[in-house]
Amino acid sequence: MERIVFGTLPYDVAHLLGGAVLLLSFTLLSQRRIAATINTYALQAVVIAASSCWQAYVQHAPHLYLTGALALIAKGVVIPLALHRLVRRLRLSHGVETALGIFPTMLLGVGLVTLSIMVVLPTTVQSQALTREDLALALSVVLLGMLMMITRTSALTQVIGFMSLENGLILAAVSVEGMPLVVELSVAVLVLVAFVVFSTFFLRLRAQFDSLDTRHLDRIGSAHR
Amino acid sequence: MADWFEPASATALAPLLGAVLLALIRSPRLGSLIAIAASGLSLAFAARLPWQSGHGVFILVDPLAAHVAILTAFVGFTSALYSRRYIAVEIAAGRLDGPRARQYHALFMSFLGFMLLALLSNNLGVTWVALEAATISAVLVVGLTRTESAIAASWKFFILCGVGIALALFGTVVLYLAALPALGTGYAAMTWTELARAAPNCRGTLLNLAFVFLLVGYGTKAGLAPLHGWMPDAHAEGPTPVSAVLSGSVLNVALVVILRLRGIMASNAQAIDPGPPIMALGLLSVLFAAFSLWGRRDVKRFFAFSSIEQSGLAAFAIGLGGASATFAALLHMTVHTLAKSAVFQCVGSAAQRRGAQSFQALSGLIASDRALGLTLAAGIVALAGLPPFGLFASEILILSNTMNTHPWLVLPVSIGLLVGGWKLIARLIDLCLGPATETSATSSHAPVMGALSLAPAWVHLALAAVLGVAMPMTFAAWLAAAAAVVP
Repeated sequence: MERIVFGTLPYDVAHLLGGAVLLLSFTLLSQRRIAATINTYALQAVVIAASSCWQAYVQHAPHLYLTGALALIAKGVVIPLALHRLVRRLRLSHGVETALGIFPTMLLGVGLVTLSIMVVLPTTVQSQALTREDLALALSVVLLGMLMMITRTSALTQVIGFMSLENGLILAAVSVEGMPLVVELSVAVLVLVAFVVFSTFFLRLRAQFDSLDTRHLDRIGSAHR
Repeated sequence: MADWFEPASATALAPLLGAVLLALIRSPRLGSLIAIAASGLSLAFAARLPWQSGHGVFILVDPLAAHVAILTAFVGFTSALYSRRYIAVEIAAGRLDGPRARQYHALFMSFLGFMLLALLSNNLGVTWVALEAATISAVLVVGLTRTESAIAASWKFFILCGVGIALALFGTVVLYLAALPALGTGYAAMTWTELARAAPNCRGTLLNLAFVFLLVGYGTKAGLAPLHGWMPDAHAEGPTPVSAVLSGSVLNVALVVILRLRGIMASNAQAIDPGPPIMALGLLSVLFAAFSLWGRRDVKRFFAFSSIEQSGLAAFAIGLGGASATFAALLHMTVHTLAKSAVFQCVGSAAQRRGAQSFQALSGLIASDRALGLTLAAGIVALAGLPPFGLFASEILILSNTMNTHPWLVLPVSIGLLVGGWKLIARLIDLCLGPATETSATSSHAPVMGALSLAPAWVHLALAAVLGVAMPMTFAAWLAAAAAVVP
């Protein structure tokens, strides 16, 4: 494989797609409505799909097309549709409940991105430029997903945070040259299984608490300590 | 791919096939027998592992993997035996219905199978997938009773372990990247055996980054503070046989991964010394858990904190490094797994009799049920690290190793052990001695398990005692061989 350097098309497109994934992570953090959050997540999954297909093309690694296709179908279409349906069926509130305001969350997010760049870039000096930058972007997406899980109180938005975190993992896995298929498949399987798990949780939660607010769970937990 | 059909992988495949079969079986009675058969078969296959050493692209059988796999399969088998009566009583008492009991057996077997697969895998990716699948099975089984607190516990379990395991995957990707210059692209850069061989030529800076993520990720599964949050809830709410296996196997699998990782880090000159971070997490867990034991009112939650303490101590010994400390860590993991599952089985029987699991409801067990009370008392003595049980030997060994290399750390470790052991003995007096609490009217009608259901606990405690006072030379040599796997 020819070395991918700054200023060539393979590099620029991969960089653009990685940047778009990170931008969408910030968009996720700034959403105030459930429907918009789900749509943003779907868009992020589509960009991830595009990114893995581009890597498949550049690295001449056809199995990455499969990763891309799985991301597109499962996370870009099926899961968002199911989540929309869930919101309608359970008549969940349309707002996003936050434990921390949008603006402080965004500031924290910027801090996390700075942190991950400062951690990744110095440690990967000898690696390919593209791998370095994609790894920094992927770590940022992972950390932003965690931030979303911490600062949002509803179970649904926490799940979306978790799935967005997994998008970051895929971005990392596809951008490393020649990573064996095992990982991509496992992540894809995980997302599907996780969704099954989560959906059963949602139904039960709804039946018992009339809400998907996980603060109820904290109260129950502390009552039994 | 022929790797999957090696005799060694049958250890993991038996429970997994059992799980598939159980998903199709309607009768809970037949289900429990199939679970016993599948786990017994798995134990039989595991017992042959010491003679099947070798490795392929996916499967790795070395003394370390074989030892922990035998231990896991053994505890899985005795827990399946115990489950048979336990689940029958739960059904009779109306806490579980037929379909749930069926789900219970199927999930328990898939949990066991994936644990064993994670242990015997040579590929970091496969280890990761297996541990993830085991986590999902465990989450489902913890939430099985569908009470509010059970759902809260499994939600917390899932979120914390989900994030932990996600970080571990990121670490796996970075580790692969670190091994690329030494091993090139492909499966080699993800296999433990190749990584251990090529570790000196890996990129040190990337290894450091991978180490941080893998330690945090697998540390979550090992229940190391400050990432232990899921343990008390999952143990308190899950069905008791599962608490028994959860306390042993998941912690052990995660600790084995951390141990192998330490070996890779230690043989690379550029990488940081892996010892201090692992020791710091371990010591923090020991101290935190020992002091947390004091405020607990729920018995299973109490013993979950005790598991965090013991797991922390094992991690501390792994961090110390050296053949002797690793030997002590493996002995500690082995005896703790045996003793803790015996204790959980007793607590499960007691909680079924009294219909509650707080210390208040379970006091005076010897007065109301002599065999159960005495078995539980022996189990708690074992956990407190007192002779004649094996934890005494392993704790002394860990302390003496600490004395040799880091003398100033003996003080905090001993404080943790003393504080924890003191509270365990105090609780032993509450639980076992004194007058029995009145059983409520509803629970006195409930069917109870016979004294024979304690047999697995007796076997566990007998083994723990043998390892404490008269460890056979062959076993010591075997454990030393397992400890020598990692440099």
